[in-house]
Amino acid sequence: MPKRKKIYGLLAEFRNPADLYHACEKVRDAGYAAWDAYTPFPVHGLEQAMGLRRSVVPWIVAIMGFSGAGLGFLMQWWMSAVDYPLIISAKPYNSYPAFVPVTFELGILLGSFGAVFGMFALNRLPQLYHSLFNSDRFAKVTDDGFFIAIEARDPNYDPARTRALLEEAGAVAVEEVED
Amino acid sequence: MAASNKTLAERDPIDPLVGRYPLVEGDPSFSEVTAAVVRPIEQPPKAWWIFFLLSLGMLGIFGISVGYLFWEGTGVWGLNIPVGWGWAIVNFVFWVGIGHAGTLISAILFLFRQKWRTSINRAAEAMTIFAVICALSFPTIHVGRVWLIYWPLPIPNQMGMWPNFRSPLLWDVFAVSTYFTVSLLFWYVGLIPDIATMRDRAKSRVAKLAYGAFALGWRGSHRHWVNYESAYLLLAAMATPLVLSVHSIVSFDFAVSQLPGWHTTIFPPYFVAGAIFSGFGMVLTLMIPLRKWFGLDHIITTKHLENMAKIVLLTGSLVGYAYSMEFFIAWYSGNPYEAFVFVNRAFGDYAWAYWIMVSCNVITPQLIWFKKIRRSATALFILSIFVNIGMWFERFVIVATSLHHDFLPSSWDYFSPTIWDWGTLIGSFGLFFTLFALFVRYLPMIAISEIKGVMEKANPHHPSYGHGGHEGPAATKEETPEAAAAPAEPKAAVVTEEKATAPEPEAKASPEPEAPKSSEPTDAPGADPEPAAPVAQTPKVEAPKVEAPKVEAPKVEAPKVDAPVERPGEKAPSQAEAVKKPEGPKSPTTRGWTAFMDAADMGIEPPKVTPGPKPAATDETPDKEGKEDA
Repeated sequence: MPKRKKIYGLLAEFRNPADLYHACEKVRDAGYAAWDAYTPFPVHGLEQAMGLRRSVVPWIVAIMGFSGAGLGFLMQWWMSAVDYPLIISAKPYNSYPAFVPVTFELGILLGSFGAVFGMFALNRLPQLYHSLFNSDRFAKVTDDGFFIAIEARDPNYDPARTRALLEEAGAVAVEEVED
Repeated sequence: MAASNKTLAERDPIDPLVGRYPLVEGDPSFSEVTAAVVRPIEQPPKAWWIFFLLSLGMLGIFGISVGYLFWEGTGVWGLNIPVGWGWAIVNFVFWVGIGHAGTLISAILFLFRQKWRTSINRAAEAMTIFAVICALSFPTIHVGRVWLIYWPLPIPNQMGMWPNFRSPLLWDVFAVSTYFTVSLLFWYVGLIPDIATMRDRAKSRVAKLAYGAFALGWRGSHRHWVNYESAYLLLAAMATPLVLSVHSIVSFDFAVSQLPGWHTTIFPPYFVAGAIFSGFGMVLTLMIPLRKWFGLDHIITTKHLENMAKIVLLTGSLVGYAYSMEFFIAWYSGNPYEAFVFVNRAFGDYAWAYWIMVSCNVITPQLIWFKKIRRSATALFILSIFVNIGMWFERFVIVATSLHHDFLPSSWDYFSPTIWDWGTLIGSFGLFFTLFALFVRYLPMIAISEIKGVMEKANPHHPSYGHGGHEGPAATKEETPEAAAAPAEPKAAVVTEEKATAPEPEAKASPEPEAPKSSEPTDAPGADPEPAAPVAQTPKVEAPKVEAPKVEAPKVEAPKVDAPVERPGEKAPSQAEAVKKPEGPKSPTTRGWTAFMDAADMGIEPPKVTPGPKPAATDETPDKEGKEDA
């Protein structure tokens, strides 16, 4: 397989969450857009330091949850009162109080699907290959490595200046990663 | 009195009255935490094989019992005509109940920001899933004709009919299967970052592929973490009403029927309390040996066990209350059938089962009131076994005693299990333990990424990192309240004692090896805001010890209180104030302390006090004072 020479970007490692936090502030203020921080656990408050917006997962969950409950009720109503009406325990066909538990459970079920699969979709997971996995150093990200990667496609990206920014921000190592 | 020279914080280090005990002991580095958690996976102990093979043997019993049941039909069980719900339903309710602690720990404690949950939530969630698998297998085999088990689901069948949505049994189908699905998702979402850790550590090709596939390419991106944390929080928020609804609906199986002893409105809360009780019992049963075998005592600490024990005590007492309330209502309702069922429960054919239940669920958990017992792993392990037994008998008592003597004396009968009933019960434990053994062998039994997140060094604003060099608006915002808090406290009086408090996390963090200072020049003494943070901690550090003198103040100190009046702006604590708010906010505490200090300065001998709840504390502080004066 011919080796591609395309560069994904620069990967910088930081010593601890505090260094990473301050470095993120610097990168944010330098005006980069295509960049990300990589941490073994969610570092508290890092989204502010990176200037990220709130997640939209809650909206997905709300829509999915309410449609789950609504569809769940409609299903019970249609099956019990429309498609095959049966008198059971002298209750009306549309005995809606008895339909509450199943309506609730289906709302929760679809809401959870919304949370999990919505999160996957927003994060574009599963994504088994990513350029950063080309870096051996990057394997530490799931143990104790704190990284910032700035992508080459960012309009502000300049191999020398970006590297200088990261080094100035306190990176212990900066390396170029192939795409 | 040997212990008399210790401070209160030293005497009870794991439960300081103010401040926090570290959730991970020994201040390991991040990679040491990873290594400790994955050690059982990378170098499984020999004991694992013993445990696994024993479980597998029990699982074999399950296979034989169920296979014979399918071959012969439900006649092999001890069911008879009044007792149509035998062990299968008892076991179902028992296992569903156990399955509740996992989601309780994960979801409810998460919403309440109880960070200690991170050490135990993973294993508890796994336990939940396996317990629900066991639970679901029982109604499945109980229907007799298992090949028609899809009838309760709303899918078209050969009769052209739909399920009856007015039946609690159908609600159960939806509740338990939703619960299983959501618990599985919750567990898996929590596992993704840790499976990625396993992927990055894997040596063999098979392991790399397997962990790699399930990690979904997780790379710890913070843009992902933002969505991830939001999804996790919402799952917790939805799982909390779900977990409460599931056991309520299970209790509807009984409560919505017309049978005396089942038809009671207390059942939903009573079942939920019982479920949490039995679930925490099972978590203790599993975690106490595991933390020992796998060397995880510093992550699952005595404090964690104690917290769980307190929940067992609370829910056990709630269950005991429910038992007595059932009796009260049976008498108060004036319903002779209801009254008969309860008298028969306690003194009839199944009195033996009833009293086993009461002793295990109500009486033995009361031992947890004693601090020695709730901090002893061995004692808690034994107690947790009693809880498991007691809760199984509770389900048995509810099912069997109400059914075997129903309205018509001519149809009364006695239920006794056959060998096949026993086989399925023992076998279901085999299923549970086999799954659990596989879990601890192949997946991290502690949430690695979450436990790192609750360690002190995970906080980018922790004082040990220094505070210089903030540029962003967010950083300044977070810093200010800490620094501002500092001058508000009268620190002169308390500073002398600061070094004595060993186990205080803030005090300990500064010399930690793993936290190198940032490259900014904050290390230099006197560098601007850095010293502010440690000072801000000082009043917090001090507070626990101050409790002791304050307690005695109302009793004996009354004539001496005038001493502190010298201090401008300070007021001596009035008796009522000190009595009413023994753990109140910092300022009255400090006042009590300064009052005491001033009394000592004037050469007044601090009085000996009759031993209160913390007798040693009252004696020792004066000793210390004397030394300091000298």
